[in-house]
Amino acid sequence: MKKSFTFLVALAILTIGGYAHAQSVVLDRIKKAGTIRVGVKTDFPPFGFLNPAGQVIGLEPDMAQDVAKRLGVKLELVPVQSSNRIEFLQQGRIDLMIATLGVNDQRRKVLGYIEPFYYAGGTSLLVRKDAGIKRWEDIKGRDICATQGASYNRLTTQKYGPNLVAFPGNTEALNALLTGSCIGFLQDSTLHASMLSMDASKWAAFETPLPVEDFQPWGIAVALDELGTAYGDQMRQIVTEWHRSGYLLSMEKQWALKPSEFLKDMQARAIKAR
Amino acid sequence: METVSELFRTLNTTYGFDLSIFYDSYDADLFTRGMYFTALLSAASVFGSLFLGVIGAYLQFNGGVVARKFVSAYIQVFRNTPPLIQLYFFFFSLGPSLTSATGMSEPILSNVAWAIVSLTLYAGAFNIEVFRSGVEAVPAATIEAADSLGLSKRQTFLQIILPLAFRISLPGLNNNLVNLIKTTTNAYAIAVPELLYGASQVWSDKLNALEMMIVLLIVYTAVIGLFTWMMGCIERNLAVPGWGRA
Repeated sequence: MKKSFTFLVALAILTIGGYAHAQSVVLDRIKKAGTIRVGVKTDFPPFGFLNPAGQVIGLEPDMAQDVAKRLGVKLELVPVQSSNRIEFLQQGRIDLMIATLGVNDQRRKVLGYIEPFYYAGGTSLLVRKDAGIKRWEDIKGRDICATQGASYNRLTTQKYGPNLVAFPGNTEALNALLTGSCIGFLQDSTLHASMLSMDASKWAAFETPLPVEDFQPWGIAVALDELGTAYGDQMRQIVTEWHRSGYLLSMEKQWALKPSEFLKDMQARAIKAR
Repeated sequence: METVSELFRTLNTTYGFDLSIFYDSYDADLFTRGMYFTALLSAASVFGSLFLGVIGAYLQFNGGVVARKFVSAYIQVFRNTPPLIQLYFFFFSLGPSLTSATGMSEPILSNVAWAIVSLTLYAGAFNIEVFRSGVEAVPAATIEAADSLGLSKRQTFLQIILPLAFRISLPGLNNNLVNLIKTTTNAYAIAVPELLYGASQVWSDKLNALEMMIVLLIVYTAVIGLFTWMMGCIERNLAVPGWGRA
């Protein structure tokens, strides 16, 4: 009697549990450990960079802190780079990635983008004023520094034929740019804008004369298996709430970014969808 | 050739094993360029470091006090510091200082050139030590015999000691040169487009890190296997009859 009763109870729990959204391995691990590990950039001001004391600060670490607060766990920031962020997520070294990740179909096959997207950026070129670059086509055959792992490296090389010199991280690429190993730096337009505004004297000999290309939204990512689980749901709710409440717009202002049409659009859509 | 690329394309779509360097021309170019630059870096630094090794061994044998101290200091510096740090120092620190000192608008040496310089100096230090062990293994009686025949110190070194020392130190030299070829992957950090750089460009675009890693391991195993086989042939051809295992 006792045995079959326990069996029936167990069966009931399992079936009821099955009606709720698919169990999330990652969410269980986060709740049990009491910490969420979020991968962020450390060389991309103002989204993720180091302050003079060596701590990781920026818009994305702040977003990570908000996620941790909403989940009721502690935050552990894991520094990632463009060249290894996807692998880190796939291997489970991080539970969540908020690292200026552009959205494209290739990446959709291997990781789970949380929609709605939280920002949008475009390809831009920071180039020496005396290099004489007036249009994108002028970079053909010239040495252009870039960061390994960026999704627009291949696109730009195929469209305009520069000689791309890709370094493992933004810091090395910027060093090479300053010491004259290349004439320009191919990166996201927000990075260039923040560099020029944060350190105008250092970059006095450089400019961004070309129009921003290939506008691409950025997304928060979780492991592909987690997209349809309770974890994925919770992330989606959080991002929607950020847009609706204007949290992202206020963050944008706080970190001195140029106000973007994208965020205003997203907020309007989130409010309308309520 | 079309059938080969079709085969690998199907391998990707059916089994998810993406060897894009065989069906995508952009990736294939990156990889071939990588092989060329790895070959260039390896060949240039192997010959450069051999040359440095011989010079250093001679200076240690016959040089004055100053020359010996200089060689000793050189070995200490380049053996005690990690090769990647040496590379960063040359490219990011010494290079720009020299460029601004000479007042040139463009860097005096490209990143490939600095990589070759750095690797040559690094391996040269190890080679000097290997040659020194070979030089010291030449029997004192042989050197005295050469001296009694009226050969100058330089003639003794070039005609008696060096040939024998070279043959004796071949196994150790082989080790050093294999290490050098593998160390050329450090140049990836200063964006020299060698094999690891090319592979990383491919996998950050196609997201096939596992497949590219396997390809890299196979390529390096093959290249170094070929190199050690070649050195083995040299060893057998140069062996002195009755000395060692010959």
